[in-house]
Amino acid sequence: MKTGMRIVMKMPGKRLITLVAICLLPFLFSGQLLAQSQRLYVTEGQIEPIPVAIADFTGLDGLPSDVGRQIAQIISDDLVSSGLFLSIDSAAFIAPPASPDIRPNFADWTPLGAKGLLIGSAFLDNDGALQVEFALWDVISQRSITEGGGSADPAGLRRIAHQIADFVYEEFTGDTGYFDTQIVYVSESGPQNRRVKRLAFMDQDGHNHKFLTTGNDLVLTPRFSPTANEIAYLNYFNDEPNVYLLDVVTGRTERLGSFPGMTFAPRFGPDGTKLIMSLAEDGRTDIYEMELATQTITQLTRSASIDTSPSYSPDGKYIVFNSDRGGSQQLYTMRADGTAVRRISFGDGRYATPVWSPRGDIIAFTKMYRGEFFIGVMNIDGSGERLLARGFLVEAPTWAPNGRVLMYFKQQPVSDTGEGGETHLYRIDITGFNERRVITPADASDPAWSPLLR
Amino acid sequence: MIKRILTLVAATALLAACETASTTDSSATSSSATTATSGTSTATSTATSTTATAAEAETPAEMMKREFTKVGTTILFDFDSSQISDYARTVLDRQAAFLKAQPEARIILGGHADERGTREYNLALGERRAAAARDYLVAKGVNSARIRIISYGKERPAAVGSNEAAWRLNRRAESVLN
Repeated sequence: MKTGMRIVMKMPGKRLITLVAICLLPFLFSGQLLAQSQRLYVTEGQIEPIPVAIADFTGLDGLPSDVGRQIAQIISDDLVSSGLFLSIDSAAFIAPPASPDIRPNFADWTPLGAKGLLIGSAFLDNDGALQVEFALWDVISQRSITEGGGSADPAGLRRIAHQIADFVYEEFTGDTGYFDTQIVYVSESGPQNRRVKRLAFMDQDGHNHKFLTTGNDLVLTPRFSPTANEIAYLNYFNDEPNVYLLDVVTGRTERLGSFPGMTFAPRFGPDGTKLIMSLAEDGRTDIYEMELATQTITQLTRSASIDTSPSYSPDGKYIVFNSDRGGSQQLYTMRADGTAVRRISFGDGRYATPVWSPRGDIIAFTKMYRGEFFIGVMNIDGSGERLLARGFLVEAPTWAPNGRVLMYFKQQPVSDTGEGGETHLYRIDITGFNERRVITPADASDPAWSPLLR
Repeated sequence: MIKRILTLVAATALLAACETASTTDSSATSSSATTATSGTSTATSTATSTTATAAEAETPAEMMKREFTKVGTTILFDFDSSQISDYARTVLDRQAAFLKAQPEARIILGGHADERGTREYNLALGERRAAAARDYLVAKGVNSARIRIISYGKERPAAVGSNEAAWRLNRRAESVLN
């Protein structure tokens, strides 16, 4: 799945070049929103997107090739989808270089306002392999930023394009890219009271979509392992809800252990050897850690309350979770051994589904307040709460591997006759800007973002 | 076979005794009220006019399920609560009486939540509700081995609709004969 698709940079990028100008402008919505929810506000960033020119990749004849056009389009779509880039219309290009080896005539590009220029070649060689080269230029300083290339099976075209888009993203933003990633989620169909739910899998841009389960059994809350080769999820096989493991490569599924109660809410530890989950028995739900190699479990919380939705910090030393031990649903952190429990959410409303950012510095969550749902982030000590998205029902944030973008699902209200209830995936920049729907073939919920695949 | 039929007759007799209670209760509240009321009316007509056909069409197991439905299978909960209400007690009392009269019957107790909570928390809440109902039945003398609990969280609403009327009916524990 991952062999022969690696694009290599010939020249290490100069990360210092940071053309991005992001002004974070958290502000209060005036009027209506403020009146409705009083102290609540939703942050919205303002971002000046970086204009880049992406030329169609050329074939051996120096003219745009079919595969070259596809690659340029994918790169352009990726960058634009981040909200941080603007792709200059290629109709304005005067004479793109016929190959990435040729130094561009910058006088052709400066007037277009381009800050970056991506030139590339892409063609199928005699063996049917896709050969790709690219060069990224800084139009302002007229210097090469990075260049690279590689070859792959033509089926790997989209991944190659995503990897190049990641390089461009990284050079201009200073953040790690996230375009060469996948999403596992729950595809939904059927009436609201008998929903058919299937695990589905796709590239982060919605392509290469496939179903992983048939829909015979109810499945919920899939989560990727740190290698993206395994998915832990809740499966109602035989009407016995339990955490299962699905091997993405072989398609094999395995029930994780056998316990008197129900196991759910799984999440992998950062090194992939452990998993945390909830075990509900006799009306109490506690958090357990499982050693995957031996499937032995260790109990981490012991309260009569509901302790669920645990998520490790990226270094694996801490766990954030959701508990109603204080009377209402709030967020707590503890050491990974279950000691030093500390409540971190103190705002109005109920807090749920905490997920630690891959950067380690903030925690995303779902908040319920006055009949509305919100997606927000807070610092790991609970300070600095910012709400990013809101709706009748928004839930289940998941982080892009660079900690810069969140995906979640949004469900519309249903009428008594069963109309409405549309459920879709959305993603948003953590500045609260650029909320976009992620297109799926059917209704979609419970997204989980893979780590970076390369 | 003969023994089965005999116990079923006994169950019907027992239920007939309960029905007076359930109809008076049902006017007071709830979704289970709907089930109980309709159950009562069909019960009388079935008993008199269509006994023969019903007996032919139904297996003993189906018949027992139908009888169990008349007892009242659903209890409701307040928002984010697993407290058994006074009315829910009367329903569970009838379930306990049925189960004691049918020593071979086993039930699956499904716990549910409305859509106004997050998925994982609602799975835990559904489990807590089912466990609360089970504990009540066990306290009334039903062997816990005859009850299996399962939580569906917000996955299987009884009523469709994003409004309090539907949510109220979805915060429930539902007993089904196994």
